[in-house]
Amino acid sequence: MIPELGSFSLILALCLSGLLGTLPLAGAHSGNALWMNLARPLTVGIFVFLGLAISILAWAFATNDFSVSFVAQHSNTLLPMRYKLTAVWGGHEGSFLLWTFMLAGWILSVGTFSRSMPLDFVARVLAVLGLLIFSYILFMLATSNPFDRIVPLPPADGADLNSALQDLAFILHPPTLYMGYVGFSVVFAFAIAALLSGRMDAAWARWSRPWANLSWAILTLGIALGSWWAYYELGWGGYWAWDPVENPPLIAWLLGTALIHSLAVTEKRGVFRSWTVLLAILAFSGSLLGTFITRSGLLTSVHAFASDPDRGLFILGILGVAIGGSLLLFALRAPLMKSEAGFELLSREMFLLTNNLLLVVSAASIFLGTLFPMVYQALTDELISIGPPYFNVVFVPLMLILIAFLGIGPISRWKKTSATYLSKQLGKVLLASMILGVGLPLLVLLEVSIPATVTMIFASWILLSIVKDLAAKVANKSSLEQGLRGLSLSYYGMQTAHFGIAIMLVGVAFTGYFGAERSVLLAAGDSVALGEYEFTQVGTSRVNGPNYFADEVLIEVTRQGELIRQLHPQRRLYIASGTPSTEMAIDPGFFRDLFVTLGEQKDNGAWSMTIYVKPFARWIWLGALFMAFGGSLAAADKRYRRLRVKTNILHSRHHTSPVTASLNPAK
Amino acid sequence: MKPHRQKRLGIILFITAGLAIAAGLTLFALRQNINMFFTPTQVVRGEVTSGVNFRIGGMVKEGSLMQAGDSLQVQFVTTDFVNEVPVSYTGILPDLFREGQGIVAEGQIDISGIFQASRVLAKHDENYMSPEVKAALDAAGASSENYSMALESES
Amino acid sequence: MLLFIPVVVFAVLVLVLWLGLSLNPQELPSVLIDKPMPAFAMSTIEGEEVSNIDLPEQIFLLNVWGSYCLPCLVEHPTLMRLSEEGEIPVVGINYKDQDDLAQDWLQTNGNPFAFSIYDMQGRLGIDLGVYGAPETYLVDADGVIRYRHVAVLDEEVWINDFVPAIAELKAVSEQ
Repeated sequence: MIPELGSFSLILALCLSGLLGTLPLAGAHSGNALWMNLARPLTVGIFVFLGLAISILAWAFATNDFSVSFVAQHSNTLLPMRYKLTAVWGGHEGSFLLWTFMLAGWILSVGTFSRSMPLDFVARVLAVLGLLIFSYILFMLATSNPFDRIVPLPPADGADLNSALQDLAFILHPPTLYMGYVGFSVVFAFAIAALLSGRMDAAWARWSRPWANLSWAILTLGIALGSWWAYYELGWGGYWAWDPVENPPLIAWLLGTALIHSLAVTEKRGVFRSWTVLLAILAFSGSLLGTFITRSGLLTSVHAFASDPDRGLFILGILGVAIGGSLLLFALRAPLMKSEAGFELLSREMFLLTNNLLLVVSAASIFLGTLFPMVYQALTDELISIGPPYFNVVFVPLMLILIAFLGIGPISRWKKTSATYLSKQLGKVLLASMILGVGLPLLVLLEVSIPATVTMIFASWILLSIVKDLAAKVANKSSLEQGLRGLSLSYYGMQTAHFGIAIMLVGVAFTGYFGAERSVLLAAGDSVALGEYEFTQVGTSRVNGPNYFADEVLIEVTRQGELIRQLHPQRRLYIASGTPSTEMAIDPGFFRDLFVTLGEQKDNGAWSMTIYVKPFARWIWLGALFMAFGGSLAAADKRYRRLRVKTNILHSRHHTSPVTASLNPAK
Repeated sequence: MKPHRQKRLGIILFITAGLAIAAGLTLFALRQNINMFFTPTQVVRGEVTSGVNFRIGGMVKEGSLMQAGDSLQVQFVTTDFVNEVPVSYTGILPDLFREGQGIVAEGQIDISGIFQASRVLAKHDENYMSPEVKAALDAAGASSENYSMALESES
Repeated sequence: MLLFIPVVVFAVLVLVLWLGLSLNPQELPSVLIDKPMPAFAMSTIEGEEVSNIDLPEQIFLLNVWGSYCLPCLVEHPTLMRLSEEGEIPVVGINYKDQDDLAQDWLQTNGNPFAFSIYDMQGRLGIDLGVYGAPETYLVDADGVIRYRHVAVLDEEVWINDFVPAIAELKAVSEQ
C-alpha cells in the first residue's frame, strides 16, 4: 500500500508543477497578480510531495519491500542499512527521483530568496522551472516509475546493489553532482525569463550570479567526488578516464565556468549580454545532455544505467523542446539587446572574452570527442573509438593558455588597460615565476626536469599574480588589516578558486609525470621495489564481510628498511550477486599516495597485483575543494542582497538598462 | 564610428583566429587518436598493417586462456566464430574477464600475427556485451553453419 | 541571422542523437528466432536418453548453463523461483561442462530444471548458435524458438523482456 502512496505523491507533484508551469506565466503575461502569487505556494507543494515520494522509496528499501521492482533489483536483505538507504539512487529510477527532488529544492529556494525581485520576473522564472520539473515527473511516471511493483509474485530476496556502488564516496557523489547540474536549470530559467520579459540587463545578471556561482561550486564538488570515487573504487590507478559518461559533467562545468565569468562582465559592464544568455542556455543544455547520455544507453560505459531506448527517446524529446525552444527564443529576442563594444582590445573585457573562448572551445572539443564515434558509426557504419590521448592533446594546451591569461585577467582594468601598466604589474611576477619554476625542481630533485619546471612556472604564475594583485589592492590603504577587510567576499572567492587551480595543476601534473606503477606477481615473502619504497607480500587471510567473502593480502611497505605502513588489499566475492570485486588498499599522504590493487591468486599462492606510487595525488581534489569553496564565497557576497534593493528602483523605469549610463563612465 | 569599426573588426579577427587554431588542433588530435575497430576476420584477411594501433573485439575462446605461472603474461584467443586471432597481454586482466565472454583489446598486431595488447577491456557489468563485440559477431555473419565450421576446425 | 546558428546546430545534433538511439547498441539478433528448435537425441547429465519429444508441450525456457559459469549463479535464484512456483518449466542445456561437476553444482545450489541436456561437445550449442553460458531461449508449445536473451536472466530481465513476450505468445495462440 505504501509504495502506491509514492506513486500518488508523484502524480500530485505532477499536477502542481503543471499549474506552476502555466498559471504564473499567464499571470505575468496578462498582469494578473493573483496568478503570479500562486507560484510560491506551488513550489512548496511540489517540494513536499516529491520529498514524500523519496522518503517512501527509502522506507521501501529500509523495510526490504521486494515487491517493489526497483528495490528488488538494487537491494538485498544482507545489505547494510546505510547502503540500503543510498541504494535509493543506485539505479536509474531512484536516481531520477533524486534528481527531480533536488530540482524541487532549488525551485523552493528560488521562491524563498527572491523577495526583492519584481513579481512578474519571479513568476516567469518559477514557471520555466515548473515546466521543467513537470516534464521530468512526467518522464518518471511514463517510463521509469520507481514504485512499480513486481506482480504477482515478488521475489523472496533482492538482487543486491552493484558492489562498486557500495561505498562512501558513492553515497555523496550523485547527490552532489545532481545538485550542481540542476542548479544550472535555475540560471537557465533566469535567462529564459529575461528573454521572455525583454529585461536582459545588468540587473538580470546580478540576480543570476549568486545562483550560478553556487551551482558551479557544487558541480565542482560533485565532479571531484566522482573522480575520487573512480580513483579508489574502480582501482585502475587513475582519477579521470575521459569516459563518455564522465565527460558531460565536465562539459557542463566548463560552460558553467565560462558563464560565471561572462555574467561578471555583463553585470559590471553591461556588455556580452546575448553571449551570456546563450551561455546560460548552453550550460543547462550540457547538464541535460549528460542525463541523456547516461540514461539512454546511447554510449556504453562503466557508469551507464541499464539502457532503454524508449527512455532515450523521451529525454531526447524533453531536450529538443527545452533547448530547441530556448535557442529559438534566443534567436528571436537577442537582437533586442544590442550593446556597443565600449572597450579596447587590451582590457579586462577582452581577457574575459578570451577566457570564455578557451573554455567554450575546450568544452566543444570534448563534446566532439565524446560523440564522434557515434556520429561516425551512424554515417559509415564503422566502429571507432577515441582514446584518452585525443582529450589530453586538446585539453592540456588550452588549459595552459587559460592559466597564462588567468594571471593577467584579475590585474587588468575594465575598458582599457595599457600594455605598460600590465608589464609593470606583471613583469616581476613573470620573472619570479621563471626563477621559482627552474629553481625549485632543481633543488628538490637535483636534476633538470622539464615537466616539473613547466608545472612550477605555471603554478607560481597563478600564485604570485594573486599575491601581487592583493598587494596592489591593499597598498594605498592605511593598514594591511583594513585593506584586507575592505575587499569583497566575491573577490576573495575568485582568488580562492584561482588558487585552487594552481593546486590542482600541481596535483595533475606531478601525478601524471612522476607517478610510477608496476604489475608484479608476489608470493608470500617476495618483495618488489618501486621508487624509494619496497613492498613485501606477507600473507593471505580470509575475511568475511556482512555481504561478501574476501581474500585479504597483507603487504608491508618499507622505506630505507623502515616499516612505514601495512596495506590490506582485498579480493571480494559478493554473495548475493556472485560478482568478484577488488578492494584496493591506499596509504594516503599529503605528498604521495601508495596503493595496491589485487589481480588473481595463482595456483602456487602468489598474487598478481599492481602497485602504484602517486605523488601529489591528493592535491587534485584539494584544488577542487578550494575552487568549490571560492565559488560559495562568491555566492555568499552580501553585495548581491544589498544591491537588489537599488536595482528595484532602477527597474521601475522599464527596459532601460541601468548600465547604459555607466558605459561611458566619468573617469 | 571608424575607430569603433576597427575595434569590432579586431575583436572578430581575434575570435576567428582563436577558433581556427582550436579547430586545427582538434582535428589534428582527432586524426592521431582515432582507433579503428577490427574484427578477427578482418585481421586475418590482412586488412590491418602491423605497427598501427587499433582495437579488436570478439569472444574469448573457451579453453584458450594460458597464464604464465611465474609472470603476468597471459595469452588467449579471440574469435568471432569464423576466424581467430591470438592475443598476448602482460598485466592484470579485468575482474570480469572470462572465457566465453566478449572483450575488447587495444594494441598492435606483430609480424608473427599475434595481437600485442596494451589494454584489455571487459565491462563492469554482468549483462554487458560491448557493441564492438556484437558488431564483430554480426560482421562475421555468425550463422549456425559458421559456428559449426569454426568449432569443428578446432576439434 | 547569425543568431539562428545555435538553433540549427542543435537541430542537427538532435537528429544525430536520434539516429544514434536507433543504432541500439545492445541487442543481439538470433539466427533461430521463429525457427523450430533443432532436432537432438542426447542424454541428460544423469545419463537418461532425451530428444525433442521430451520437451514440455507448453511454453518453456531453455537455459544454457555450466558449473564453471559465475553469472549462472547470479541468475540461479530467478530460475529456481520460476520453476518452484510453477510459473514456467525450465529445461537446461549443460554446455561444455563435465557431468559430475554439473550434478554437484545442482546438488549444492538446487535444481530448477525439468532435465538438463548434457552438451559436453557443444553440438546442440552450435545448432542453437550459443555464444556462451548463460543464455536463455523462450520456446513455445510447438517447439518454436520465440525469443533469445544473452547474459544473465534476472528478475528485471524476466519482467521487462520475458513476461511481455510470453503474454504476446499467449494472446496470439488464443486467437
